[in-house]
Amino acid sequence: MDFNFSDEQNMVRDGISRLVREQYDWDTRRGIIASDAGWSPEFWAQLAELGMLAAPFSEEDGGFGGGAVETMLIMEEFGKGLVVEPFIPSVVCAGGFLKHAGTAAQKEEYLSAIIAGEKVFAFAYAEPQGRYDLANLTTTAKKDGEGFSLNGQKAVVIGAPWASHFVVTARTSGGQTDANGVSVFVVAKDAAGVSLRDYATVDGRRASEVYFENVSVSADALIGELDGGLPLIETVVDEATAAVCAEATGAMQVTHAMTLEYAKQRKQFGVPISSFQVLQHRMVDMFMEYEQSISMSYLATIKLDENAAARKHAVSSAKVRVGQSARFVGQSAVQTHGGMGVTDETAVGSYFKRLSIIESEFGSVDHHMRRHIKLTAAA
Amino acid sequence: MNLEFTAEENAFRDEVRSFIENNYPQNIERAAVQDDMTPEDMTAWHKILGEKGWSVPAWPEQYGGTGWTPTQRYIWSEENARVNAVMPLPFGVAMVGPVIYTFGNEEQKAKHLPGIKSGNTWWCQGYSEPGAGSDLASLKTTAVRDGDDYILNGQKTWTTLAQHADWGFFLCRTDPDAPKPQQGISFILVDMNTPGIEVRPIKLIDGGYEVNEVWLTDVRVPAENLIGEENKGWTYAKFLLAHERSGIAGVARSKRGVEQLKDIAKHEMLDGEPLIQDMGFATKISQLEIDLAALEITELRTLAGEQAGKGPGPESSLLKVKGTEIQQRLTELTLEAVGYYGTPDFRSFPADGSNDFPIGPDYAHSAAPTYFNMRKTSIYGGSNEIQRNIITKMVLGL
Repeated sequence: MDFNFSDEQNMVRDGISRLVREQYDWDTRRGIIASDAGWSPEFWAQLAELGMLAAPFSEEDGGFGGGAVETMLIMEEFGKGLVVEPFIPSVVCAGGFLKHAGTAAQKEEYLSAIIAGEKVFAFAYAEPQGRYDLANLTTTAKKDGEGFSLNGQKAVVIGAPWASHFVVTARTSGGQTDANGVSVFVVAKDAAGVSLRDYATVDGRRASEVYFENVSVSADALIGELDGGLPLIETVVDEATAAVCAEATGAMQVTHAMTLEYAKQRKQFGVPISSFQVLQHRMVDMFMEYEQSISMSYLATIKLDENAAARKHAVSSAKVRVGQSARFVGQSAVQTHGGMGVTDETAVGSYFKRLSIIESEFGSVDHHMRRHIKLTAAA
Repeated sequence: MNLEFTAEENAFRDEVRSFIENNYPQNIERAAVQDDMTPEDMTAWHKILGEKGWSVPAWPEQYGGTGWTPTQRYIWSEENARVNAVMPLPFGVAMVGPVIYTFGNEEQKAKHLPGIKSGNTWWCQGYSEPGAGSDLASLKTTAVRDGDDYILNGQKTWTTLAQHADWGFFLCRTDPDAPKPQQGISFILVDMNTPGIEVRPIKLIDGGYEVNEVWLTDVRVPAENLIGEENKGWTYAKFLLAHERSGIAGVARSKRGVEQLKDIAKHEMLDGEPLIQDMGFATKISQLEIDLAALEITELRTLAGEQAGKGPGPESSLLKVKGTEIQQRLTELTLEAVGYYGTPDFRSFPADGSNDFPIGPDYAHSAAPTYFNMRKTSIYGGSNEIQRNIITKMVLGL
């Protein structure tokens, strides 16, 4: 048993921690999310330059030989700063598909560009009718000569306005919710027939509804097996879920720290409100919640490389625990801040909103509880 | 013990239902966030009810009340909730109105009560300050007597919808040397158009502007605007807070919210079935309905006590705590129900007016802002921690 990080991992963590502290302070972030673009391509370029976008990839793939632990460390620090840039969509998701199933040519064309920050991907998988079911797809890719013709709508595609490319899941055969018949494609955003409706999200990011109308997709844009893409999608989404759990633990730690700080300086009835036992115990509960979440974030990360059943079990366990903690910590922080907690000007409200959306990202507490129940029943 | 309505009460229900159906403005629906509505829309129903004589049912009849029994008032709020009616704002009707007819003089009653009844005067509540929230009695805004006037200086905050207010009721310190902070406070009515008042809207986490900072700089207010006696304002403030709490349970509105949640859960699909068929989610809805039923009967018991002559007392703190917990739970479940379409910020949607490519179902747009906004309910009107302290002290005697 060893919960220590390697020297290299500590270097990644220290580097990203310093970068977020120095380059992504609260006012800078406010400026970034209020800007027309809604993100900072300069910050992204800096991440690429520092090798952070290469951290979770093997040396053969152009990375530093890291993996899920590096992703976890980076996302925890991003969570502390509420970084909006698309590390999960571009590096964890698109990078993950290419890492696991990309051909040499695909890696050459896309993965090296992702690592260099030159191409930015979004992951278009959710659909209006599909809830959190990854196989519930009405987007279709029909054989068309050598390639495919893509039609359909993807919902709430995070980071789509910033992306140059999408990884798109689509049905290539079978019924709407069949496990078989699902395939994964790379589609350039500027391909003919792709249109977007962009918007902001309530937690300070940008997203789009993405529409595909008779989009021509070449045969070499297929990632992995034709019709057999679902296990690959599940693997990558589990990796992304573990990453968002790590992000939540970072956000929760900062939320807790600022709540503690506020309670110490805010005086009512002539004393700091931190002297009231009812508030002390709430802050103790917040502490216990995020400590438990850190443990589950570690568990999910460590189990990502095990067999599918063990991986899913651990990831769903983590997402349930983290989702519940995210709600408790976010709500408790707002309550302890009183009126200040519901204003837009204080940081705590933004942390609360991000934590609230993390609850449902890559599957809600209920969704992962159901998956946990099914896995337990099948074991 | 009998929970059935009498024949008279059922006839009353039919009467008010038909009045609402025939007179409620068709195009006005409660918005998720209050400032998304125009001031005209927020007061439209109030004005219609003012003409009908139904805008202040709970007031004594001599001041314009309807003389309805608590049961009738309960039926009235139920029927309004059925159509999601935008009810009269509480600041005049439920807060300062009862203070004026209970503690005000005849001139004050004559001057202010008609505008509250008609809905023509918009009131705001100048209570909280940056340093005086839960510890309201530590407020620092001063009112210094100068001839026939008071001069007000200080800053109020969280003043709901003050940006539209014609008048405000302010708690001010008139005796800084009183032995207890509660003893030096006065209750003063202020014309919001008086020079020296600056209203600065506060942006909230849902993106709306419901509340304001109100800055008072040498605001000259006629001394005749003092309610009751100087330095006795705390008594009136506490009276008002008890009134505020009794309406705060929001049972009728929560019942309406549960119905809306069920509608959403019928539309949202999970594994090929409506979400409402899922045992996990259905259990949560049922739990909410059960908690709401308990709250409803508790409120009816309180109303019955009122009918028997007991004023709203510390038990109204129970209604506030449980009512707001239910309101918040409702918004949690609604956000859960809409799935990914809770994430888009509807305020940022492309303004091309096109409905060709809707961004998720309409009912999803308000889910997250409402969830964020309703966190305020366990904070305002005396935080839920303070309410529990009140029960500890006043009910349990600890």
